[in-house]
Amino acid sequence: MAAIPAGDPVARATGVVKRFGALTALDGVDIEILPGRITGLVGPDAAGKTTLIRILAGLMSANEGELRVLGGAPGEDLEDLGYMPQRFGLYEDLSVIQNLNLYADLRGLPTPDKRATFDRLLAFTDLASFEDRPAGKLSGGMKQKLGLACALVKTPRLLLLDEPGVGVDPISRRELWAMVKELTGEGIGVLWSTAYLDEAEKCDAVCLLNDGKLLYSGDPAGLTERMEGRVYLARSDQVDRRPLLRSLLDNDAVLDATIQGSTIRLLSAGGERPQIDGVSLTPVPPKLEDGFIEILGGGPKGTSALAEAYTTFERSGQPAIEAVGLTKRYGDFTAANQISFTARPGQIFGLLGPNGAGKSTTFKMLCGLATPTEGQCAVAGHDLKHSGAAARQSLGYMAQKFSLYGDLSVRQNLDFFAGAYGLAGGAARAAIDKVVDIFELGEKVKVNAGQLPLGYKQRLALACAVMHEPPVLFLDEPTSGVDPVMRREFWVHINGLVARGVCVLVTTHFMEEAEYCDDILLIYRSEQIATGSPDDLKRQAAEAAGLDDPTMEDAFIALIEASHIDTRNPRKAA
Amino acid sequence: MGRLKAITIKEFWALLRDPKGRMALFIPPLMQMFLFSFAATLEVRNVDIGLLDMSQGAYSQELVEQLSGSSNFRQIEVFHSPAELQQAIEQQQVIAAIVIEQDFDRRLTAGRPADIGVVLDGRRSNAAQIVAGYIMRIASGIGADVRSLDPPETVRVINWFNPNLTYVWYNLPSLIVMLGAITSIAVTSQSVSREREIGSFDQLMVSPLRVHEILLGKMLPPLGVSLFNGLLFWVAAQVIFGVPFTGSFPLFFAALLLYNVALIGVGMFISSLSQTQQQAFLGSFLVSVPIIMLSGFSSPVENMPEWFQLIDHVNPAMYFLPVSQGIFLKAMPASAVFDWMWPVAIIALVTLSAAAWLFRARME
Amino acid sequence: MKGELTRFEPRRLAALIRKESVQILRDPSTLLIAFVLPMLLLAIFGFGISLDANSIRVGLVVQDDSAQATSLAQALRSSPFLDVEEDRTVPALRAKVVADDLRALVVIPQDFGASFDRGRPIPIQVAADGSQPNTANFVAAYVEGVYGSWAQQQGLVPRGAQVGVNTRFWWNPELKSRFFLIPGSIAIVMTMIGTLLTALVVAREWERGTLEAMMATPIGMGEFIASKLIPYFVLGLGSMALCTVLGVAVFGVPLRGSVLALLAISAAFLIPALGLGLFISAATKNQFMASQFALLSGFLPSFLLSGFIFEIGSMPKPIQMVTYLVPARYLIPSLQTVFVAGDSWGLFARDIGMMLLFGAIFFFLAFRATKRSLD
Repeated sequence: MAAIPAGDPVARATGVVKRFGALTALDGVDIEILPGRITGLVGPDAAGKTTLIRILAGLMSANEGELRVLGGAPGEDLEDLGYMPQRFGLYEDLSVIQNLNLYADLRGLPTPDKRATFDRLLAFTDLASFEDRPAGKLSGGMKQKLGLACALVKTPRLLLLDEPGVGVDPISRRELWAMVKELTGEGIGVLWSTAYLDEAEKCDAVCLLNDGKLLYSGDPAGLTERMEGRVYLARSDQVDRRPLLRSLLDNDAVLDATIQGSTIRLLSAGGERPQIDGVSLTPVPPKLEDGFIEILGGGPKGTSALAEAYTTFERSGQPAIEAVGLTKRYGDFTAANQISFTARPGQIFGLLGPNGAGKSTTFKMLCGLATPTEGQCAVAGHDLKHSGAAARQSLGYMAQKFSLYGDLSVRQNLDFFAGAYGLAGGAARAAIDKVVDIFELGEKVKVNAGQLPLGYKQRLALACAVMHEPPVLFLDEPTSGVDPVMRREFWVHINGLVARGVCVLVTTHFMEEAEYCDDILLIYRSEQIATGSPDDLKRQAAEAAGLDDPTMEDAFIALIEASHIDTRNPRKAA
Repeated sequence: MGRLKAITIKEFWALLRDPKGRMALFIPPLMQMFLFSFAATLEVRNVDIGLLDMSQGAYSQELVEQLSGSSNFRQIEVFHSPAELQQAIEQQQVIAAIVIEQDFDRRLTAGRPADIGVVLDGRRSNAAQIVAGYIMRIASGIGADVRSLDPPETVRVINWFNPNLTYVWYNLPSLIVMLGAITSIAVTSQSVSREREIGSFDQLMVSPLRVHEILLGKMLPPLGVSLFNGLLFWVAAQVIFGVPFTGSFPLFFAALLLYNVALIGVGMFISSLSQTQQQAFLGSFLVSVPIIMLSGFSSPVENMPEWFQLIDHVNPAMYFLPVSQGIFLKAMPASAVFDWMWPVAIIALVTLSAAAWLFRARME
Repeated sequence: MKGELTRFEPRRLAALIRKESVQILRDPSTLLIAFVLPMLLLAIFGFGISLDANSIRVGLVVQDDSAQATSLAQALRSSPFLDVEEDRTVPALRAKVVADDLRALVVIPQDFGASFDRGRPIPIQVAADGSQPNTANFVAAYVEGVYGSWAQQQGLVPRGAQVGVNTRFWWNPELKSRFFLIPGSIAIVMTMIGTLLTALVVAREWERGTLEAMMATPIGMGEFIASKLIPYFVLGLGSMALCTVLGVAVFGVPLRGSVLALLAISAAFLIPALGLGLFISAATKNQFMASQFALLSGFLPSFLLSGFIFEIGSMPKPIQMVTYLVPARYLIPSLQTVFVAGDSWGLFARDIGMMLLFGAIFFFLAFRATKRSLD
């Protein structure tokens, strides 16, 4: 093991190229990981993040490029490497302590040090009371912390974390960040890969990857600075925020726009302040995402062809989704308790909450995947219990991970979903032709759905969900891992549909998606702890925690912590 | 109707487009056809036997010649001592050894009866018994010339339906039975668990498809594949292996259909029970093995203890095996087919209802 | 990676083995294969399959009223090997043969008795159901046997210069087919554990991404392979012991050889079985493919091409050549011997040698396929 002078990179790669057959996963990427710093590896799914991490860990070999990891070739010094793969690498049958023990032995932690190390790590990760629980029975956030603990049993000099934040709620994400930050104090060099740009913003340095190419490398502020003076919050007295977003995105002076509470955050196309009638602009500081969007060429247009061709639904009358006292018990365990709410046509309704809080259970009851122990729910006026088929006919569903049929072609998937929703003959053909046209799937109809690029998968999933033009749409973390431009495109469609009177129910860990909601229901430990619009929730959080202008994530965390204080002795009970 | 059509077509594509699934569909049946038709024979041919001839006379010589002339024996090892003989049997170099005592020739020449001893390897009792039969037949012909006339024919054996007892005529009709038990169950058992694993199960459950539509849609394509395989073997049996088909094809097809429906019910039950494809695979293996082994192919059903025969009454293959053989070779009439197959209809009803019940119970 | 295979540290190995053992104990499918499957197979082969002589249902038509015909019919009826159903005419019984209710028809023709008086007896007729060749052969032999002993009793056959055959079946005079079926099913059980189960557990590590995390720790691939090998080796032997105890206690199969020999033979067989399992998993990295390959290359050959039930000598030449590549072919004779005959080290040495040779080949392949790399 060669000695490395302090401050020298623990890992450095230049010109890394990796090909899989005809596909180039990494195309000349440079990266440098310095000790005592968190380097962010940022990009959407399939950008090449995992490939690069695997190459650094010595699990894959690069086709070209120079690599030096911990003073040698990758894979040479595994004693000083901590690595947490995307699925955490835990043995689900083994208990927390058995997993730790295994990794301690494998990494050669001296036996006398074991107990002290485990105690420290268990305290650090807050897992002490779950020592004997099988890893498979932990919640996502707990698995992630255990994964990290396993990578840290013997303090490494280089820590590679592959998307530690994926599928994990904001609280766990924040706690994890704090833990890793603490480690850098000991001089560990950390590589943190993520698809979330807000997470990347906090890194000491970032490498921005897209499609295997390095778009930016360096201080995140460097990218943000370029956008200085180009970001504004737009407000209008005459127009509602969604039509406003649409018109702003269609405006050539605007490069990008997203909803933020009741306002629109926009990035101007040029250096000057855009002049838009009836819209007041307040300058705000830029974010890393603005820089990324600019590199990617800006956001989409604001008009949704899908919505243009969609049925218009009455906004008045019966609620689109109605839940009354929904309760689900599994034996002694109450997964959801007395959840009641109403979502109207033309509204986006958000279901938020930490992992294992009961959010998924509630979601499942609402779309008929689980039968409530108590209470009722109705979709578009159809009770799920008594007229389940009619209720299911009037909803469209898009699952969290891509769950169409990967071995079937695009066309076969569309055929199936058209048929499953009762479209036949000419009606089916017309509906399919329409979505193929709208989502530009024409060239891909014969391709297996599993082999589509992520963005197309996303489009196909949405196409399958809306072909039968349902009045209600259920979305389960619809855009996780998708690049920001695709994500905006997706929300343009959703906004368009809402304008047509469609009701959208969305669950998400992703605070940007939460901002699009009209109303949010926050679930924690099986109970609904807060309801209201994003701005309402921010206000409630501001009062509860004394925050000044909190972000959605701040609000989320503050409200959950506030309910802790209400109910005493929090996490041990989980 | 439109929904059912949509899911049936989708399931059909799901079977055929997944390269892994495709492999499970066609390679095992081909391997089985190849191995079963050639290797699964209870005939005993080409065996090596030993000889310890202490008589060394004309009659023992004649016996040796007769033995070597028989197509059943490949080689006759000559031993010179009982110790050699014992070792050869122990090490399985020969399955049987003939011991000719010193006075063998003398007795025969004198017109008296003489015995030969045959030592057989009891570890392989089945083959050994058959070899013993061969040797007896040859031995009884020895010394015929000393007697005044040929021994009279006492038992005239004819074999109906398969005059030369061609083994492959037995194997191929049976193979159609076993093939169904493997393919139908294995393919159906993957259908639900695969969706659970790739995550599309929820997607299916939130669609307006009714439970019976999902079940039917998931069972029709495996049924199609099983019938296709069955018919392919039906043709191959006749064209490649020359097995006569003497009965009625519609009758055969109806029985094949009923049999496969019963099996698909079993497969669907396993599939609903399993969370992963892994479990489904193990489950279908654990069920297929007894179905095949207790069908009567490897050994007649009446050889089992009675309580075991009672258990075997739930085995659809036990009923379809004689029917397949019967319609192929014996032109089995409809009434006999019906007598065999009605329990399969009950089994099918039970397995299908159980599968539907379990599927509903485990939807969440 | 230099030193991949030689890198060996007892502590890491012990930790990995401990982990594997916990997983075995917590995984229902492992326990299913290791303990339920053996019992199922033993039940099938101990009770369900019997190649023993047993009563076969035959139809009997006696067309003659003579004393000879009556006494021969009586002899047939009282044979323990035949279960006789009578009728006056052939067509009714023939229909039963077609319907698979009877396996054969025996006809004692008209004039049967009178032909003896003329000194030129006419033969009785057996029409066997050729659709089941094996049974047909047995029926013919049984009827011939009954006829022969009847004729002798009646003094109808002059016992002149005739050759009699005295048979002696060594080790298994009662000809119980269990004696070879039970040891054979032990071979199947060990194949399933060694090949199928091992292939599945390693493929599962690839699939679930745990192997990826392992590879980023300092373990050597040799350690990894050994950690899979040792627990499943022990499990295989444990399952073999269970089968042996059940076979001896429940099914009355003797264990005439030494336990040492039984252990040595089983241990030698587990080497190629495990090697094949590891090779399959490393080559497929996917549980579904692994299970299919394990079935096709492990279970089917062990069942069909090992001489377990079907005689290798009777197979066509090319298939006989293939059987030499099936490790179970070398296990079956030794297992049958150690149970039924006793220790015969000459035979064991030959078979163990062959099994170890295949073990070496499969392990070589497995090591080559198991790379510390995700490429």
